[in-house]
Amino acid sequence: MLTTVELAVVTTILLLLFATPLAWWLARSNRWWKEIVGAVAALPLVLPPTVIGFYVLIALGPQSPLMALLHPFGVRTLAFTFEGLVIGSLFYSLPFAVQPLRTAFEGIGDRPLEIAATMGAGPLDRFATVAIPLARRGFLSGAILVFSHTIGEFGVVLMIGGSIPGKTEVLSTRIYQLVESLQFEEAHRVAGGLVIFSFLALLALLLVDRRIGNIKP
Amino acid sequence: MIIAVDLSGRIGSEFMLDVAFEVPASGVTALLGPSGSGKTSLLRSLAGLDRIPGTIRIGADIWQDGAIFVPAHRRRVGYVFQGAGLLPHLSVRRNLEYAVRRAPEGQFQIEDVVARTGISALMDRMPAKLSGGEAQRASIARALLTQPRLMLMDEPLSALDGEARSRLLDALEEVLARIPIPVFYVTHDEAEAARLSTRSIRLKDGKIEKVLG
Repeated sequence: MLTTVELAVVTTILLLLFATPLAWWLARSNRWWKEIVGAVAALPLVLPPTVIGFYVLIALGPQSPLMALLHPFGVRTLAFTFEGLVIGSLFYSLPFAVQPLRTAFEGIGDRPLEIAATMGAGPLDRFATVAIPLARRGFLSGAILVFSHTIGEFGVVLMIGGSIPGKTEVLSTRIYQLVESLQFEEAHRVAGGLVIFSFLALLALLLVDRRIGNIKP
Repeated sequence: MIIAVDLSGRIGSEFMLDVAFEVPASGVTALLGPSGSGKTSLLRSLAGLDRIPGTIRIGADIWQDGAIFVPAHRRRVGYVFQGAGLLPHLSVRRNLEYAVRRAPEGQFQIEDVVARTGISALMDRMPAKLSGGEAQRASIARALLTQPRLMLMDEPLSALDGEARSRLLDALEEVLARIPIPVFYVTHDEAEAARLSTRSIRLKDGKIEKVLG
């Protein structure tokens, strides 16, 4: 339970940090190849989670050139660790942060940013004082979606984490283990809890959306 | 002091702007012409919101010349947009403060500007709750509080009609007559231009057709 929530919180925070500049660029750039980047960022939506898990597992394994960079620091592998789970989750939930943010940034249009520019606000100032407040709906939807989606991931965490109790076992893989060992009563409790949690998360999303939706750019 | 503009280039694939003029850096210059004649493009170029090749000088300062391009936020222009001209997530007061906080000390004081544009009762309202005329007054106040070196106004009366329009026209006439900074005023209404401006530049198909005054 604790691992699950911790994973979801860390993933949500990191992903909003990474996805914000990417979504901003996707929303504002005029480069012809931006949709190639956009498609790559959306790829986890359509890939089987085991595919993401497989590649991340390879990349985090002791033979990977990426991990070779960390060998001098005493890190041989991140596979089957919590850090590994976080990295996998970041890829897995990336589109759920990028999409709402990009849509929100696109919805702002040029006008508010131009108004701010003529009032003497430079690019970073405009981003912080105009773009972010006007895209707050996108930030909230993105946060709720990433959090819930991370709670619900299964394939990726099983591939990378191996469901080690107390370390890399999360609720979704726990259910799988419980059913495997025929502990249906316990499985019911965890599964039912996740249904209630998911419902509440979606309800929160819809309510938040309605509440702040009436201030239009 | 003189404002010298010489711009020539395309915007998008269709439209070509090709203008060169010099006007004294005082008084109100009306930019006249039918829609699609390049008035707004010229105004946006003056603000640094669009970049068309050429030169723009205001007195001794170069805003644009070859590789030099001073971005909009360093030009200190007061821009009144056609239609929505306030930051939608801030109240009128916070919009004005946004301008004040980023502007140098100057001749326009917030209390004075608020009184002159007649918006003191609107300060705590959000832009979405303002009528067209009220929003335009607040936009004018916000533009003045940037302590602009140049005021640029894009058909500020176009969204209004009837009484709101004539009242704002009166207010504008009074404000514009008293500010000692140069103003470019885009309109397609001859009578409005005649009443507010000291000179006019008439555009057609992206070129200057006539300069008066």
